[in-house]
Amino acid sequence: MRFVFKTSYGQDVALFRDGVQRNTYIALFLALLVLPLLVPEYVGDISLVFIYSLCGVSLMVLTGYTGLVSLGHAAFIGIGAYVYVFVSQDWGMPWIVGVAAAVLVTAASGVLVGLPALRMTGVYLSIATLAFALIIQEVFTRWDAVTGGLKGKAGSKVVACGVPLGTDERFYFLCLAFLLAGLWLTANLLRSPTGRAWVAIRDSEVAAQSMGVNLAVYKTMAFAYSAGLMGMAGALFAHKIGFLAPDIFSVLFSIQFLLMVVVGGLGSLHGAVFGAVFVALLPVLISQSRDAVPVWAGHAFALFGKDAGNAVFSAVDRFVKQPGLEPGIFGLILVLFILFEPLGIYGRWVKIRLYFSVFPLYKHATFRRQKSYMRSERLR
Amino acid sequence: MDTILQLVLNGLAVGCIYGLVALGFVLIYKTTELVNFAQGDLLMLGAFTCYMFVVWYGVGYWLAFALAVVVVALFGAALDATVLRRVIGQPQFAVVMLTIGLGATFRSFASITWGSEIYTLPTPFSARQTMVGKVSVSHEYVAIIVGTVLLCAALYTFFTYTKVGVAMQATSQNQLAAYYMGIPVKRMFSLIWAISAGVAAVAGVLLAPVSLIDVNLGFIGLKAFAAAVLGGFGSILGALIGGLTIGLIEMFAGTYLPQGFKDVAAYVVLLVVLAVRPQGMFGTVGRKKV
Repeated sequence: MRFVFKTSYGQDVALFRDGVQRNTYIALFLALLVLPLLVPEYVGDISLVFIYSLCGVSLMVLTGYTGLVSLGHAAFIGIGAYVYVFVSQDWGMPWIVGVAAAVLVTAASGVLVGLPALRMTGVYLSIATLAFALIIQEVFTRWDAVTGGLKGKAGSKVVACGVPLGTDERFYFLCLAFLLAGLWLTANLLRSPTGRAWVAIRDSEVAAQSMGVNLAVYKTMAFAYSAGLMGMAGALFAHKIGFLAPDIFSVLFSIQFLLMVVVGGLGSLHGAVFGAVFVALLPVLISQSRDAVPVWAGHAFALFGKDAGNAVFSAVDRFVKQPGLEPGIFGLILVLFILFEPLGIYGRWVKIRLYFSVFPLYKHATFRRQKSYMRSERLR
Repeated sequence: MDTILQLVLNGLAVGCIYGLVALGFVLIYKTTELVNFAQGDLLMLGAFTCYMFVVWYGVGYWLAFALAVVVVALFGAALDATVLRRVIGQPQFAVVMLTIGLGATFRSFASITWGSEIYTLPTPFSARQTMVGKVSVSHEYVAIIVGTVLLCAALYTFFTYTKVGVAMQATSQNQLAAYYMGIPVKRMFSLIWAISAGVAAVAGVLLAPVSLIDVNLGFIGLKAFAAAVLGGFGSILGALIGGLTIGLIEMFAGTYLPQGFKDVAAYVVLLVVLAVRPQGMFGTVGRKKV
């Protein structure tokens, strides 16, 4: 087990813990650079992973670090996407102006939600953000002049500073660049006083306030930053899906972002990325196993005779082709994660790493959660 | 004037449904401090179970109604005993996500079991109406309002006059003290889940003839959530009044405001109320003690 002996305050907030960690990230970055050469057929899916990671990071700042649960983040990505397409196509502005406009407008709408949200806590806040998202979705549907209404709005290919970035491969690198910028910015914010104030608010509002953290300022800041990042993701998302329609930005989309944050692991940027990988690749996995699973089941039961094998094959095939199965699988995974691994994929990774680094001294109690039965948010 | 009376009647009927679902939220929240986002999906399960008994097995409407309520109530109790009891004492966020996940699983289950088409539930009072003056009173709406009033009266009697009901009130006021007094808190939790799932099933069966049954019926829970929050989460009376308010607002907005406002008017009002009074109309939220 490596132990980093800290000798200065600077070391405490350094971006990388030590040289090993820095080199690992550099290796990962180089691997991502050559990835399109290795798996060219999955480049489109991976750029979606990058966009979702950006969304995950955005929601992680708000929910994982500041402790404000938002059920309305689909509205922010929607605003970002529509503003970007409107400014860059309908007004014919340069690409970068479109992205900047998307970020600014979304951040402003984040402040708009954040301000009344300051006085609310817990479930009231989630419902308020949910209400906001539902209203915004209706606005997308009705404001024909800007959003194209129910007919939708087509997005064109990216042309950045005269360089076309429309091909899958170039778009991959664009998304990667945006994700790296977003991660770097967020990591820097989180190790600054702002980030520490956010974490303090998450852990105890009263304690944070008594240490001099201005709740109003920092909560609004968290909302604005999270929304702005979402707007940036929205600009990329508009290109990725190519066609914007109001029903994309539904409550289910917001819940998908929350799923990402929870499954990845609350309170870590790694978690946001892991969760995004999971959420973006699970549908791919499900659609592939739809064809594979009945065949396997059929083969397995063919041991009991050919008829049994065929019967099982057709039964399983009919079951997995049900249209309603996929959301159910998502829901079930969410339930299982909350019950058995509340720290998410990242938490599991930390546990596995610790197990090997302190072998054979690992003990379960290290990660045991504290339960508090008297935690009440109401007076009576 | 007649239009207004008509709107009030329809609004009250829709509001009663919102109120009933909101009541389910509040009962669970008051007792167990869990926020149940799957309440709307329990409503959907109730409607589908009743439909299954009536149409598939040819059971009479009233018997099917009772069976549906019992089945869903038992399901609610089982849900508490197997899943939700494990997350008591964990952060509220975890519970919200858990119940959202459960809701998605229920929807998936329903679409696999009953199919994803849209069904109508035949009832003794389907598509019949009486004219009172110039107001047409649909029997389905009367059934909803009467059902809600009866259910609320029954619940009120239960919580005020029976031993178990009083024990439940004690549990909701202070879990630990109730435990010391010899109240079986775990059993109370299962019971409250059963009651609130049963209430959701009643709402589902009453709603079924008005709005058709499909897998996404549960999304009415979102509006009921707005109702519960509007009334102040944790106040039973508030939940009902919140539900009625939202039902009325929706009806009037649908008639007098431009198209598109019907669905969002409730949320706009909710945001305004929350901005002015963050604890809802009847809520009591204090600062958490350190």
